[in-house]
Amino acid sequence: MAFTVNVNGQDRQVDLPGAMPLLWVLRDELGLLGTKFGCGIAQCGACTVHVDGAAVRSCSLPLEAVGEGKVTTIEAIAKSPVGAALQAAWVEHDVPQCGYCQSGQIMTACAALTENPKLGRAGAVEALNGNICRCGCYNRIGDAVAAVAQKLEGGARAKA
Amino acid sequence: MPRPDTIDRRSFLRVGALAGGGLALNLGFAADLFAAEIGKGALPSAGMLNAFVSIAPDGLVTIVSKNPEIGQGISTSLPMIIAEELDADWDRVVITRAQANQALYGPQFAGGSLSTPTNWLPMRRAGATARDLLVRAAAAEWGVPAAELSTAKGVISHAASGRSTTYGAVASAAAKLTPLPAEQIKLKDPARFSIIGKPMRQVATPGIVRGEPMFGLDTRLPGMLFAVYARSPVIGAKLKRAELDAVKAKPGVRHAFPVQGNGNPMELVDGVAILATHWWLARDASDALVAEWDETIGAGHSSTTYAEKAAPLLKAVPAKVVRQDGDLAAARGSAAKRVQAEYHYPFLHHMPMEPQNCTALYENGKFTLWAPTQAPQNGIDGIVKALGVAESDITVNITRIGGGFGRRLINDTMVQAAAIAKGVPGTPVQLIVTREDDTMHGFYRPGGWHAYEALLDGKGKVTGFANHLVGFGTGGKPVRSGEINAQEFPAGLVDNLLIGQTNIETMIPTGPMRAPFSNGICFASQSFLDEVALASGRDLPTLLLEMLGEPRQLPSARPGQRGFDTGRARGVIEKVVATSGWKQRPKARGKTGYGFAFYFCHQGYSAQVVEVRVDQGKISVPRVWTATDVGSHIINTSGAQHQVRGSVIDGIGQALGQAMTFENGKAVETNFDAIQMARHEITPGRIEVDFVISDNPPTGLGEPALPPVIPALTNAIFAATGKRIRSLPIRLDETAA
Ligand code: FES
Ligand code: FES
Repeated sequence: MAFTVNVNGQDRQVDLPGAMPLLWVLRDELGLLGTKFGCGIAQCGACTVHVDGAAVRSCSLPLEAVGEGKVTTIEAIAKSPVGAALQAAWVEHDVPQCGYCQSGQIMTACAALTENPKLGRAGAVEALNGNICRCGCYNRIGDAVAAVAQKLEGGARAKA
Repeated sequence: MPRPDTIDRRSFLRVGALAGGGLALNLGFAADLFAAEIGKGALPSAGMLNAFVSIAPDGLVTIVSKNPEIGQGISTSLPMIIAEELDADWDRVVITRAQANQALYGPQFAGGSLSTPTNWLPMRRAGATARDLLVRAAAAEWGVPAAELSTAKGVISHAASGRSTTYGAVASAAAKLTPLPAEQIKLKDPARFSIIGKPMRQVATPGIVRGEPMFGLDTRLPGMLFAVYARSPVIGAKLKRAELDAVKAKPGVRHAFPVQGNGNPMELVDGVAILATHWWLARDASDALVAEWDETIGAGHSSTTYAEKAAPLLKAVPAKVVRQDGDLAAARGSAAKRVQAEYHYPFLHHMPMEPQNCTALYENGKFTLWAPTQAPQNGIDGIVKALGVAESDITVNITRIGGGFGRRLINDTMVQAAAIAKGVPGTPVQLIVTREDDTMHGFYRPGGWHAYEALLDGKGKVTGFANHLVGFGTGGKPVRSGEINAQEFPAGLVDNLLIGQTNIETMIPTGPMRAPFSNGICFASQSFLDEVALASGRDLPTLLLEMLGEPRQLPSARPGQRGFDTGRARGVIEKVVATSGWKQRPKARGKTGYGFAFYFCHQGYSAQVVEVRVDQGKISVPRVWTATDVGSHIINTSGAQHQVRGSVIDGIGQALGQAMTFENGKAVETNFDAIQMARHEITPGRIEVDFVISDNPPTGLGEPALPPVIPALTNAIFAATGKRIRSLPIRLDETAA
């Protein structure tokens, strides 16, 4: 089946079965390798991408269900100010151990903080509860996300 | 196992010039010293290969990261050691990844917390040797004695004349000099360390947050196909018949063929290879596979059957006495109190975040692999044995690894990938194991049961102690990572002691998991000792300090390793008692409780205090305090804090939500829905990480901080609720008080 998917701002033509999860379209067809395979059953969050800005588990989203949705992956998240701030905070706080879960963590945090800049540390961490970090980097993920949340809250307050 | 402090004596360095000018240093090891560690005979001798440390004319220092990176931070910490002695500018150090070549690099192995102790001195000498060459080159150029020169951040200075130059400027001249023999190389006074002991960020992080490809799964080669390896759910079952027509008719499928194994799950079991243009298409096609397996191997191997067998064995005398001191029966006669309890912990799977995978190409009779492996040599050996190829025909590229925890010390996936690639010469193949298959075909942390007995005299002193492990065996021997040893705590500290083991025969493959053996037994022993402490009218740290007595070293469990040092044990216990405010803790039963535990493993000592909250059957862990002694230096303080916190969180996750069970040789739990990993919500808000610095060789930190957190948690639950947790995972409702 021929599909057109919009990924990171570009329309991409693919000819694949509609049942193929978006994760494998990204990885094996489009060569976007930052989105990771962890469980395949929407349990770990390693495969998180944005569809129209919302965090979605790409392992469980069939290609045919993407439709007109605009897909953003970790490779393009720096274009979002929140995404770029999270990436910088991840480096600053030396967050990763093995690093395998981290693109999913950043994508989830980015969607949550973009949707609600006043989320704060507790809210952001709650949004991240579905993302497993097997290495247990949770304290630093919390610190990094809190630093960004604090900046955003400050910004939101200044505007208000 | 070689003794870490003898290894570097026979290491040597070779010097050469870089192609475009500059200095190249090759590190060679007398590989036979490591033969015991990697389980094979002599390795090919070192030749002049790629530079290990190189300094370009522009001053850029490139260091090869030679050990597998599984998230333990070794690709940052080993280069830090070299850069320290080299007096390099850390901001101008670039780190690249090595191929598997133990003849050239020495052990390339991530396990047993061994990377740090085996490399500490060789890496320091490598850096110091390079520095010495550069200094002598500058001294010759200026016609001054080398002793008058000083170095800092890649710059050489002569104070008397005010001259200075850079490493890059003298690198080409240094390449023409002969390096001093190892014994003449002067190492830095640790008081002058400026890189070691600092919090350095992991070098790979900027790439990680951008989603750059670096893991095994990210390997891409032109024309590559993706594979699944369909196996029976029963571990080690034999393939009788496979119908492949329906599979081959599925979209994207290019090949499907049976692979005959050699019956060894560590190497190659029978399976069906399915290769397609996209991995999901191969996985999807596997649903169409009709195969008949001989699954008799698994008959009767069920968790319930194991538990039924264990119950009477726990009451009986051990089949094997591992250690006997004094006279336990006589001590029983004179004891004022006798405490007895039985404990249990389940099988566990490592569940690393990156599923098992390996990319392989078979071309012109030679194999090239791209493997996320903790022990490349183990995979090479497996391929040699299972496929009958020469070791010299195998090249392994080590990728970054999305978590190991010991699972990737065993490299069945490398052998499978090679076997599949052999079926399609010239076509690269990426084998990705589904999460379900990964979980169902593991090398599990073996479960076990313990029957304990402790004897107390009228003053509450422990006069007798017995620990009987009912564990698992195969062919009359304990399974891998399932053996109790003669030094198990509190051996050597109690006059009348019995350690014994009885095995239940199993076909479930087992293997090392983060802090092997210790990860289970520490829970049981330190929880039981908490019961003993209560019976003796003391708290656990007080009881342990009394049992430890004067600082001294006990004999080692393994020849060549340092034995248990009671002084170091005291050090971490006293430290965490102080940092946690243990003596002032609220002791009344209620929602909050505090628990303590201590353990020694992998040459590291760790004592921990857990604050638990139990509210309407829900457990949370607000705070954990840790004190750990891993020797004279913490190389990267940021990485070290990460390892300890990760261990604590890992342990809490295991204790609360993890168990593998089996039914007739088949794993029941297969994915993260049934195996609860620690998540943000259970992460302690504060995990205090303190170190006790002792005058001992530095050792690794991936393991020693894990075991004690589990009994500290269960002891805290007892303090809060009066419920004694004697079985993992923790089930509050099922636990008798
Ligand atoms: S891979 Fe999609 S949630 Fe785990
Ligand atoms: S950093 Fe390893 S899984 Fe999160």
